Amino acid sequence: MNSTMTPEEIKSAPAGNAEKPPGAIPKPDHKPAPAPAVSAARPVAALTVKNLSVFFGKHQVLKSVSLDVQARAVTAIIGPSGCGKSTFLRSLNRMHELVPEARMEGDIRLFGQDIYSKDVEPVIVRRRVGMVFQKSNPFPTMSIGDNVTVGLRLNGISNRATLAERTEKSLRMAALWDEVKDRLNAPAVSLSGGQQQRLCIARALAVQPEVLLMDEPASALDPLATSKIEELILDLKKEYTIVIVTHNMQQAARASDQTAFFYLGELVEFGPTAQIFTSPRQKRTEDYVTGRFG
Amino acid sequence: MTVSSTNHTFRKFKSLALNALCIACAVLVILPLAVILFYLVQKGASSLNWAFFTGVPKPAGAPGGGMGNAIVGTLELLLLASIIGVPIGVLGGIYLSEYGGERLNTWIRFWADVLNGVPSIVWGMVAYALVVLPMKGFSAWAGGLALGFIMIPLVLRTTEEVLVLVPRSYREAALALGLPQWKTIARIVLPTAMRGIVTGVLLAMGRVAGETAPLLFTAFGNSNWNHHLAQPIAALPLQVFSYAIAPYDDWNRQAWAGALVLVSLTFLLSSGVRLFLGNRLQKNT
Repeated sequence: MNSTMTPEEIKSAPAGNAEKPPGAIPKPDHKPAPAPAVSAARPVAALTVKNLSVFFGKHQVLKSVSLDVQARAVTAIIGPSGCGKSTFLRSLNRMHELVPEARMEGDIRLFGQDIYSKDVEPVIVRRRVGMVFQKSNPFPTMSIGDNVTVGLRLNGISNRATLAERTEKSLRMAALWDEVKDRLNAPAVSLSGGQQQRLCIARALAVQPEVLLMDEPASALDPLATSKIEELILDLKKEYTIVIVTHNMQQAARASDQTAFFYLGELVEFGPTAQIFTSPRQKRTEDYVTGRFG
Repeated sequence: MTVSSTNHTFRKFKSLALNALCIACAVLVILPLAVILFYLVQKGASSLNWAFFTGVPKPAGAPGGGMGNAIVGTLELLLLASIIGVPIGVLGGIYLSEYGGERLNTWIRFWADVLNGVPSIVWGMVAYALVVLPMKGFSAWAGGLALGFIMIPLVLRTTEEVLVLVPRSYREAALALGLPQWKTIARIVLPTAMRGIVTGVLLAMGRVAGETAPLLFTAFGNSNWNHHLAQPIAALPLQVFSYAIAPYDDWNRQAWAGALVLVSLTFLLSSGVRLFLGNRLQKNT
C-alpha cells in the first residue's frame, strides 16, 4: 500500500506503523482506491448491532458483539464452527427466537429502528430481513413458480400480473430465469442442488427485503454452482445489503467488502475484507485466516 | 494375511440361515391373513349377489335378503366418526407438534396412549351415557360418537408423528419469508405432511370400521333402512355378529359374506385410497 507514497510521505508516516504495536490502531492514511459510491460519503449502516449477547438456556453463545453492517455491501462472518456465526445471523431477523430458551440482550437497529422493540412483530422484521439457508429448502409440494411467489401470495398479493412480474424479476436477479422460464410449473424438487439454492434466493428476493442474510449458502454445492452463487452475491449488493456466514475463506475474500471474525462467541476483529485477510490486527485472526486453526 | 476358505463358507452359511429365518418370519406374519381371506372367500363368496348388497334382512326362516342397510349403515357411521375424530385428532396433533410445551406434551401423549388402550366397549358406554340416555333411544349419532372417540387418539398420534417428520428447514424458510406461524403450518407444513395424515386417518377408519362392541348399545342395529340419524342404525359388524350366532344356515352363510365385505372394506380403506393418493403425490416429487 506504500507504493503510491513518495519517500517524504513514508518518512512522515508514524514510526510504529511498520511494527504494529498491539493496541495502537493506525489511522487509515488514504481511502482504498476502488471506492464504491456509498463509501464516498460516510457509509450508511443498514444494521447497527450494539452489545449483543445471546443465551441458550444458561449457555452464552454471543458475548457483547457490536458491529455495523454497511448498506449495499457484503459483510462476511467467518470463524470456526460453534463460534456463534449462525446465531449472530439469526438474531438479525429474530429467527433465533424459534429455539426454546433462547434469550438476547443488547440492541439491534435496522436503519435506525429497534427490531426487538415490544411493538415490533417478528413477522415484519423477517419480511424486511430475508434469509437463505445452508441447505436449499424449496417447498416440495410447490412448483418452481409457486415457490418464488409463495411469500407474496401468502401475504395477500393475488394480482396475476404482479406475481408474474415479480417471478421473472426475482428469478432474473437469482440468475435462474433462463434455466427455468419454460418450466415454471415443474416441481421445484426437479431442479439440481445449485438451481434449488438459487430458487431459494429468488424466493427470498421476491418479497423485496432490505437485507438478505445468507447462512453458508454454497457449502453444500459443487464448485461451479458455488461460483455462480458468488457472482450472484456480487450482483445483488448493488441493490441489497448482504450478510453472509461462510466457512470458506476464499469465498469471504472474493465476495465480501467487510469481514467479521468470530471466535468463541466474541467478535475478534471487524474491518474491510482486504485488511482482515492481508494485515489483521489480531493474532487470532491471522492464525485463523492463514489456516493455523479452525 | 489370508482369509481361510472354511471361514468364508461358514459366513456364507450364517448369512443364508439368517435370510431364511427372516423370510420364514415374514411368511408367518402374512400367512394367517392369507388363510383368513381364503376361508372368507370360500365360505362367503357364494352368498354374495346383487340382493346381498341392495336388500335388507328377511325374517328368520325366509330365504334371501341382504345386508345393504348394514353396509350403508357402516359407511354412515364411519362418516359420523370421522367428522368427530378427524378434526379433533388432526388439530390436537398439530398442537403437539407445532405449539405445545414439552411438559404438557408429555402428558397429552401419555393420556392419548392410555385412551388408545381403553377397551372399545367402554367407549360404547361413554356414548351411551352421553347420547343414548339423554335422547332416550339408540341412534346413529351415538354409534358415530363412540367410533369417533376411538379415532381421536389414533389420528392424534399419527398426525403428530408425520408432522414431526417435516424438516424444520421448511418451517424456517416460511417464517423467514415473514409468514406468520399459522400460515406456515396451514400452507407449508400440512400440505407437506398431507399424505401421512390421510394415511393415518384411513388406518383409523379401517380400525373402527370393524368395531362391534361400542355399537352394541349405541347404534344398536336395525333390520331395515335407517331414515334418520336419531334412529338405530344397522352396521356390518353387528349384523355379522347376530347372524353368526343365529341357528339358521342361511343366516350363517350371510354372516360369512358380511365378514368378507367388511374385510374388503377395511382393505380398501387402508390400501386403495392410499395407492391413489401415492400416485397423485408422486407427480410432485
